[in-house]
Amino acid sequence: MKLVIAIIQPHRLDAVRDGLLAIGNEGMTVSEVRGYGRQKGHKEVYRGAEYTIAFIPKLKLEVAVPDERLEAVVEAIRKAAHTGKIGDGKIFVVDLEAALRVRTGERDNDAL
Amino acid sequence: MINGADTAWLLTASLLVLMMTLPALGFFYAGLVQAKNILSILFQCFAIAALVSLLWFAFVYSEAFSGTGAWIGDLQAAFLQNLPRDAVHPGTSVPESVFVMFQMTFAIITPALIIGAYAERIKFGAVLLFSALWLVVVYAPVCHWVWGGGYFAAHGVMDFAGGIVVHLTAGLSAIVAASLLGPRHGFPRTIQPPHAPWMVMVGAAFLWVGWFGFNAGSALKAGADAGMTMLATHLAAAAATCVWVAVEWIKYGKPSLVGAVTGTVAGLATITPASGFVGPLGAVALGVAGGLVCYGAVWVVKRGMRVDDALDVLGVHGVGGALGSLLVPFAAGLGVGGVALSRSVWEQFAVQGEAVIAVGVWSVAASFAIIATVKAAVGWRIGHEAEIQGLDFSCHGESGYHTNS
Repeated sequence: MKLVIAIIQPHRLDAVRDGLLAIGNEGMTVSEVRGYGRQKGHKEVYRGAEYTIAFIPKLKLEVAVPDERLEAVVEAIRKAAHTGKIGDGKIFVVDLEAALRVRTGERDNDAL
Repeated sequence: MINGADTAWLLTASLLVLMMTLPALGFFYAGLVQAKNILSILFQCFAIAALVSLLWFAFVYSEAFSGTGAWIGDLQAAFLQNLPRDAVHPGTSVPESVFVMFQMTFAIITPALIIGAYAERIKFGAVLLFSALWLVVVYAPVCHWVWGGGYFAAHGVMDFAGGIVVHLTAGLSAIVAASLLGPRHGFPRTIQPPHAPWMVMVGAAFLWVGWFGFNAGSALKAGADAGMTMLATHLAAAAATCVWVAVEWIKYGKPSLVGAVTGTVAGLATITPASGFVGPLGAVALGVAGGLVCYGAVWVVKRGMRVDDALDVLGVHGVGGALGSLLVPFAAGLGVGGVALSRSVWEQFAVQGEAVIAVGVWSVAASFAIIATVKAAVGWRIGHEAEIQGLDFSCHGESGYHTNS
């Protein structure tokens, strides 16, 4: 099992969700996060004073997937989150040791 | 003789001016600070309103409006002891009780304006003591000089609704308070932007409407003067808003909401002293001048003087009030609808200039002395850790936003 962690532009969330539903992937967790990469921050001007907004709002998606579905999920997220502009985000994949569905007690692939 | 229409208008105007502090100025300032300091601003406005009201009752109304002294009133009206129910305020057709109330709302908003200078880093006790002393030492005497039959009133100074009494005194005392307090942590490089620009707009909108009570109420009667004053006030606000938007649009490529509503307030502060003396054309001219000059002044204070007048009290209120006061004699004669001067334009300008300079010097000098007293008595600035944590929690034990609940 793998955990896919995707940092995406907030306005791409619906597209990513549709893309994942289309390949039959159920379930994800979304958090509002702030950060920067190559995009750096941006500047805002209030009453003539410039403020540097170093951390830009992004969404962090976490999706747990069986190994065989990993490539499909990563590709679906990439396609849906892509705009071609700096700031589109990143996708990370990490090994997932165990999973457990709280309601039934099912484990690992059955719990995903 | 009490006139019902005049009384009804002044009662209404009193509500409008109180609304300028509660909640208009509170929103206007609170949206500009960081989220962790929103309650401190709202609370400072609220606390000043209550504290000033009691002082006004105790002796400050008397200090400002009782007696015939050139420099200060007497204590004949202390504790409003000689206020029978049907007393008429001299020279008007409104009850004395309504005049006391109307002027009280001015006394409330003036020290509240100064909050913008010391925002995000002052002790709450210092706010209370400073506001009380400032009311007694700066506001009440100046009010007496200009409106209470004192020196400048006798010299025929033209300050219809408080360009000198309210905006100049508050603006100059604000810059003294800001510089003696020192800048906020991180100023000017890493300071945080306004946390809720929409709230600034809500505050400015309430201020715009409330200002009709402030200016048109100062006619002290319902009639032609109040009518033209309201029209002039509105036109100046609109003109200054357009100017500020245009300047930002040209300079930065994008017009901003915070800029637009700042222009509104600058226009309102500028028209205030002239509002009852000009016609529509003079009002628009003053609005344009206020927008341009205040825009420059905000820039000069932040970039040139490098003083952290956090919410631009000097640049917007002090400069707007002074500018309007100095331009009254010129603006009154523009187009139709203004009043005739009792002397030549330049003679009147000299009177205006004398009042602006004298009141300015007094505001600055007295503020230094008041702040030294406050520092010795209760302290002045909060500690570094408390500032980082935010005043809401460190001073009041509350939080403005519980976003996960």
